[in-house]
Amino acid sequence: MYVAVKGGERAIDNAHAWLAEERRGDTTIPEMSVGQIREQMALAVNRVMAEGSLYDPDLAALAIKQSRGDLIEAVFLMRAYRTTLPRFGYSEAIETAEMACDRRISATFKDAPGGQVLGPTFDYTHRLLDFKLAADGEVSEAATATPRQEATPHITTFLKGEDIIQDEPQSDAVPGDLTREPMSYPAGRALRLQALARGDEGFTLGLAYSTQRGYGRNHAFVGELRIGKVAVEMEIPELGFAIEIGEVELTECETVNQFTGSKTEPPQFTRGYGLIFGQSERKAISMALVDRALRWEELGEDNLGAIAQDEEFVLSHSDNIQATGFLEHIKLPHYVDFQAELELVRKLRAEAEANLAASEPAQEAAE
Amino acid sequence: MSDYNFAYLDEQTKRMIRRAILKGLAIPGYQVPFASREMPMPYGWGTGGVQVSAATLTPDDTFKVIDQGADDTTNAVSIRKFFERTANVATTEETDKADVIQTRHRIPEAVLREDQILVYQVPIPEPLRFLEPRETETRKMHALEEYGLMHVKLYEDISQHGAISTSYAYPVKVEGRYVMDPSPIPKFDNPKMDMPAIQLFGAGREQRIYAVPPYTKIVSLDFEDYPFEASKADHACDLCAAKDSYLDEVILDDQGNRMFVCSDTDYCRSRRAAGHVGRLGTKNQLEASA
Repeated sequence: MYVAVKGGERAIDNAHAWLAEERRGDTTIPEMSVGQIREQMALAVNRVMAEGSLYDPDLAALAIKQSRGDLIEAVFLMRAYRTTLPRFGYSEAIETAEMACDRRISATFKDAPGGQVLGPTFDYTHRLLDFKLAADGEVSEAATATPRQEATPHITTFLKGEDIIQDEPQSDAVPGDLTREPMSYPAGRALRLQALARGDEGFTLGLAYSTQRGYGRNHAFVGELRIGKVAVEMEIPELGFAIEIGEVELTECETVNQFTGSKTEPPQFTRGYGLIFGQSERKAISMALVDRALRWEELGEDNLGAIAQDEEFVLSHSDNIQATGFLEHIKLPHYVDFQAELELVRKLRAEAEANLAASEPAQEAAE
Repeated sequence: MSDYNFAYLDEQTKRMIRRAILKGLAIPGYQVPFASREMPMPYGWGTGGVQVSAATLTPDDTFKVIDQGADDTTNAVSIRKFFERTANVATTEETDKADVIQTRHRIPEAVLREDQILVYQVPIPEPLRFLEPRETETRKMHALEEYGLMHVKLYEDISQHGAISTSYAYPVKVEGRYVMDPSPIPKFDNPKMDMPAIQLFGAGREQRIYAVPPYTKIVSLDFEDYPFEASKADHACDLCAAKDSYLDEVILDDQGNRMFVCSDTDYCRSRRAAGHVGRLGTKNQLEASA
């Protein structure tokens, strides 16, 4: 008569074995290699590195393979691996002005020193399914040019001369690290940027879009969007100086936003900032818009009650690993609490029915 | 899993967690922020409890994990396996034999001892969260011992439903100071919290640890004219005839037939082993289910 389920352990093992089989799919189709994913699913790899907060294309590709292409699951695998890595130290701040740009565009100027470099972009493609690709993915070689050797200066440096754009506050303070210290609010801009850089692309996009539609509007222009490789340097204590330990591909976005000025200050442009691992333009622009919206207090703007202005709301919900974990945990058994609710609702209903029954004869008598 | 440190986390991280635990024990019921790590299981699935257990376990300990009171619920199996692999500790299903017990949603029926530690998995550590969504506000409310809002909520329950309509995660006051969320245990379990064992609470996603030292006074919030009542299904266990244990309702068919069984599977098993037989139990049921 005892029907309650036993044997959870065997069920889990079997489920995992089935999952492994499903991951592999039809075995008559050749298996995908990690290298193929890294090279041909590069934007997925980039997203997994960005939200996984770990720059390692091979691991990200492996995570995508293991997760059957579920990118949030892949991000999760990266995070769980990253958390076990010892921290040897922190690199020097990277210098994005010295980026070797694959792409660099500005929407605020027709042209600027360094030029408008489109790079490998979907922007002007026609979104027509390319059926040829289904049969044959061979491509002809793209035209090349001699790379520019000189640095590409940031667009905002051209505005700074006129003092028409606000200077960013300088600080030598060591920025916080939300993976090492618990979050507390107000978090401050450095931690906000860290959280946004790791945050879910869709969530960040939605928030940024909401500011464009009037929920904390801040009139953003893409002052500059650049994608390319940047050297990472680290000071080695034994050497006493910094050496280059590698390079990372980054997407950086600086927005130029209007500012109407206040009683004490004349109107001036302000900035929003986005910086993301890999080629992740949508995310970088979104991050810059949300960063700018969150700066309302520092810039003396009104709190319009828009969610993109609400630091605590934005930062506590931007992490997709936290979000998906908590959301999906409601699949776990909750029957003990549900039992308590059952008892309560039954008791309340019984009382309500008893009250009703007690009041009915009185009503009849009154009629 | 030999690539990982004992119990998965590195020693610095465990030290940081132990500091938070000690602070929690020094200020019972106070939510200590800690730099919760990303774990290989999802947030909301016990990462806080797992981190507390990882920082608490020693190689000689015996570990037990329950979810909904049972050792063989899927997530309990998964967490127990995790520590078998990463810490290589002995595990048990017997409450009596465990040094550290990690739990989700229940307190074991057996009275725990001074040399045992009960680790709770906590989803939302803040008892005031659903009254005030902002952490900045709720921290202030705790600092000022400003708990009026909670009493207003309980009062509104009574005026609306004639009873306090919180059946689990029922708020308690710890040693006359902090209002604390006991985690989503049914309120039936609240009175057990005044116990000889150490109680540790870990909320991974929310980055909080809190604790209740042994023999701490725990009071479930109520009113003089509406006193707290620990409730359960009004039945005896159909397998072991226990009248004092929390019961799960199991639907037997579509005719409305149900059975009630102990939610604490070890408690039920040990009673049946001792010869107690419930309405639907049989003398030789142990062999039958083995």
